[in-house]
Amino acid sequence: MPIKFKKLLYVKSVRIIIDRLWRDNPIFSMCLGVCSALAVTNKVENAIAMGVGVTFVLVASSVIISFLRKLISSRIRMIIYMVTISTFVIVVDRLLKAFFPSISEAIGPYIGLIITNCLIMGRADAFAIKNEVRYSALDGLASGIGYSYTLIIISIIREVLAFGSVLGMKVTPEWWTNWVVMAMAPGAFFVLSIFLWITRNMAKIQPEK
Amino acid sequence: MKLQILSIFIATIFTHNIALTYLLGMCPFISLSRSLKTAWGMGLSVIFVVTLTGALNWIIYHWILVPTQSELISYIVFIIVIAASVQLLEMILEKFLPGLQVSFGIFLPLITVNCVVLAVSLFMVIRDYNFIQTVVFAFGSAVGWTLAITIVAAIKEKLSLSGDVPKGLQGAGITMVIAGIVALTFLGFAGMVAIQ
Repeated sequence: MPIKFKKLLYVKSVRIIIDRLWRDNPIFSMCLGVCSALAVTNKVENAIAMGVGVTFVLVASSVIISFLRKLISSRIRMIIYMVTISTFVIVVDRLLKAFFPSISEAIGPYIGLIITNCLIMGRADAFAIKNEVRYSALDGLASGIGYSYTLIIISIIREVLAFGSVLGMKVTPEWWTNWVVMAMAPGAFFVLSIFLWITRNMAKIQPEK
Repeated sequence: MKLQILSIFIATIFTHNIALTYLLGMCPFISLSRSLKTAWGMGLSVIFVVTLTGALNWIIYHWILVPTQSELISYIVFIIVIAASVQLLEMILEKFLPGLQVSFGIFLPLITVNCVVLAVSLFMVIRDYNFIQTVVFAFGSAVGWTLAITIVAAIKEKLSLSGDVPKGLQGAGITMVIAGIVALTFLGFAGMVAIQ
């Protein structure tokens, strides 16, 4: 490996991106935001909408909280996180209702539940409150992308097994019988747990005690 | 009317269980289902807080937000009501029931970020429930969640005594496998009662 590339791995911003996408991935390493990872991944379009929504809220709220980090006293920080996050969630909710009413209908209350997605609160409290604005924005973006690609992979597996399609396009041969259970809650649990198993082994993440 | 309330109650526990059908409240579900005692303690506090905030949010939504046409900010209002009532509850417990505080208190700060609490308020708006239906729905959802987490915690406790879980699957992974199997059994209740 060239020395230049190795040096690059120690630059803070590069470190953040690689960690959030792989070793510290919100879902399979930190187990944050699992509710929506399970609930909206029955179709790929829902997962994409959710991923984009969460990424937007994550970046925006990280930037705002990082800007205000010297003014926020630690006693009231939770309330400030919540108000900031819910403001951006309202923006996402309105945009989705205006431009993609069918997806908004399908996801239903889960868009509002981005507010209690532990991922956003977790990043705010673990990173944005202590770091500069540019690093916080990067952290938000990288965590959001790490979250979104996991969601999309899970939703592709589930949609193919449950409906035999990806984004509504048929991909399975004629003889394929749809596994309807994959679109329901048990399927979500099984696919995510197998996904966790594979990725944790690959990334050599120690299970939490 | 009475029948409808009963069917909402049964549906929220069995056929439309909030943890096993709507997949909500998963973060505490995964981290707190290690022992039966913790799961039960968290469940009891969830029942209390969810019923309380469900009723409060219904009153605020229908008496303040709808007349002033400010449904737009309902998310912010709901989450503040939840955070405030959790905080208030903590203070009341500390002041008047210190005995309960010891066993109950550690779970309260965690409840604010439990999606079940906010989800009940959002469902109540989407489904247009009246006050009594909201209270029954909130209570039933919380009882259903408690039921689910207690079942999973009991299985996990047994498993930790004798189970041989592969390394990558330990912790969150095996919890989800168990929850998936429990969710499959709960599918057997489907069709018992229907709610809109």
